[in-house]
Amino acid sequence: MDLRFTADELAFRDEVQQFFRIAVPADIRRKCVLGQRLSKPELQRWTRILFEKGWATPAWDPEWGGTGWSPVQQYIFKEELHMAPAPEPLSFNVNMIGPVLIAFGTDEQKRRFLPSIARLDYWFCQGFSEPGAGSDLASLRTSARLEGDHYMVNGQKLWTSTAHHAEWCFLLVRTDPNAKKQQGITYLLMDMRSPGITVRPIVTIDGHHETNEMFLENVRIPVGNRIGEENKGWDYAKYLLGNERSGIARVGISKMRVRRAKELARNIDAGGRPLSEDRGFRERVALLEIELKALEITQMRLISAAAPAGKPDPKSSILKMKGSELQQAAAQLLLETAGYEAMEFDRDFLRGAHSTPSPHDWALTIAPNHYFARHVSIVGGSNEIQRNILAKTVLGL
Amino acid sequence: MDFELTPDQQMITDGLQRLLAERYDFEHRKVHLFGAPGWSRDMWSRYAEMGLLGLPFAQSDGGLGCGPVETMIVSEAFGRALALEPYIPTVLLAGGCLRLAGTPAQRSDLVPRIAEGSELLAFAHVERQARYDLADVTTTAQRPTASADWTLNGAKSFVLHADTADKLIVSARVSGRQRDRSGLALFLVDSNAPGVARRAYVMQDGMRAADVTLSNVRVSSDALLGTAGNALPIIERVVDCTIAALCAEAVGAMTRAHELTVEYLKVRKQFGAPIGSFQALQHRAVDMLVMIEQARSLSMYATMMAEEADAKTRAQAISAAKSYVGRAGKLVGEQAIQLHGGIGVTEECAVGHYYRRLTMIDILLGDSAHHLAVVAASAD
Repeated sequence: MDLRFTADELAFRDEVQQFFRIAVPADIRRKCVLGQRLSKPELQRWTRILFEKGWATPAWDPEWGGTGWSPVQQYIFKEELHMAPAPEPLSFNVNMIGPVLIAFGTDEQKRRFLPSIARLDYWFCQGFSEPGAGSDLASLRTSARLEGDHYMVNGQKLWTSTAHHAEWCFLLVRTDPNAKKQQGITYLLMDMRSPGITVRPIVTIDGHHETNEMFLENVRIPVGNRIGEENKGWDYAKYLLGNERSGIARVGISKMRVRRAKELARNIDAGGRPLSEDRGFRERVALLEIELKALEITQMRLISAAAPAGKPDPKSSILKMKGSELQQAAAQLLLETAGYEAMEFDRDFLRGAHSTPSPHDWALTIAPNHYFARHVSIVGGSNEIQRNILAKTVLGL
Repeated sequence: MDFELTPDQQMITDGLQRLLAERYDFEHRKVHLFGAPGWSRDMWSRYAEMGLLGLPFAQSDGGLGCGPVETMIVSEAFGRALALEPYIPTVLLAGGCLRLAGTPAQRSDLVPRIAEGSELLAFAHVERQARYDLADVTTTAQRPTASADWTLNGAKSFVLHADTADKLIVSARVSGRQRDRSGLALFLVDSNAPGVARRAYVMQDGMRAADVTLSNVRVSSDALLGTAGNALPIIERVVDCTIAALCAEAVGAMTRAHELTVEYLKVRKQFGAPIGSFQALQHRAVDMLVMIEQARSLSMYATMMAEEADAKTRAQAISAAKSYVGRAGKLVGEQAIQLHGGIGVTEECAVGHYYRRLTMIDILLGDSAHHLAVVAASAD
């Protein structure tokens, strides 16, 4: 047993750090530091920089653009990306639809979609949740009826984040209304330019528009855009959610937030001395850093124990639960650090519409990001669902 | 990065777990607990046969030359079994001082006897007023000339297993004031030497301890370990290594308490159903699991850092682990009792004994709040 990085792993980390130091465009880095949201062209610009380097999709099968890195290297890469800080490549593309296509797509589908997914020429959104299907995703009702060479799709999707940016959507639909609920679901790729799609914005508690509701009325999807077999979509989605779960600890994001809070605290006066010297503040920081260190190691333990066939360890639910709680705690720490400074609301600054430097702009995104962090314990199977999974699969209850 | 055990390490794990499963169940333990000396001499010889008592000592001194990972494995197994034997004082605390500061003559005399199980040691360091400050020592060691005998005077408290120890390693001040970092020395003292008095007692978890007073205890100059005046860094290293082991012991204890709880949830019926079918209880059991896995990670971290040469880096890591494990032990122990219901607060039920041990582990060598403050004070 040795928890230290090997010399090779350390050299790799240096290489990655060096790359991020040079490759992240200054304007994009600044937005990341300030906690502003990125525009579509900005994320495309950054994704293409990664793509040129060959690092846009590290975890993919090397045949389709993966780097062949070890799990430890992938972890180092992600951590350094978050700490740089640099934007995370679009999760829908890289962590979700990409791996599903590689695992279950036809060769033709892979050739058609994967390069565009990796370069973010195609922006994918996720059409899973519905008004009546949240945590109980399998009760989804959006229907698809086979009519010759295409499916006719009708229904309503909810929480389709970034649908307003997306060229494509990976969609779960019900193709057999009489089967047991997990067994009548099919997985389709939908061109967002298809007639019959209406996307309506949902503004979230941070004041930002990222997510949407999506209405589908007689939308035609060619049979060739189906992933795998009809009525087997649940299996593919489960595979995908497992992928999503292991990526969701996001220790690097929490570490970056804690680091930022510590930096800010050095210049914030608290009773005649810097907040960073306040014992209570330091203990709150210490509690978080200790839990993050633990989660880092837990993550490495689970990654190195993972079954090779891409079958997620059910214990990865621990990463999702703990990771989301710590992301929230780190956002809370930033809020406490900012104090009054967090009170001013500037929607345009949050979405990065203007970024004329001002002496107070460092605090403008702190409360919105704190509010928005509530979603991380709900999305991708709420933490209560993760507890159900762990109780059943690991504890046998 | 690598989480695998070597074949040798796996052999220790398997062998010890088998031994404890066969000979150290709850009923066996009860016999040891209520008999004299409060633990099992038979088990102690068996640990010796397995090589466990010589584990961390150099092969050239008669030990096995193993490191913190082996100590972690053994401690975790002891934690699962709630083993009562004086492993921590003999092998880790006093043994650690001997290993790091003992002269070749002291080591070649004592290590083989420790390893074969015939010599028990205790580490008489903590004093009542010191709380968790390792530098706070008022016991004195004086000598009129550089070659004369030393005379020790003072009082040591909460000395683990001092009641049965053949020898004590005593820390004393040769110079400086009460809390000075320099001026400490370590001495090997026969437990039955004139002037040594022990008041033995049982701790809350059934472990044995004693308060030790030293009144004009004379020891010769070859009783000194290392150099007089420079003992604190040695004490800190020994304590840090022991904290890593305590963390592993706590992980073992938490894991077993959790297993017992989950088993109970499956068999106990109320309202016509196993209580493990109730979601509120399932989620509690999962929260325990998560905390145990996080504690296990930090126990591994402490193990990895136990022999880190840079004292500040090492202390940061050790304190991080100890403070988390202390909190985890509290949560897991309390929930284990809560999920058992009424039976959980009785002496006949095992989980209560895990809770008692976990509570004492938190206190030993600095509790959760103390170590959190250490991390907070020294972080960048």
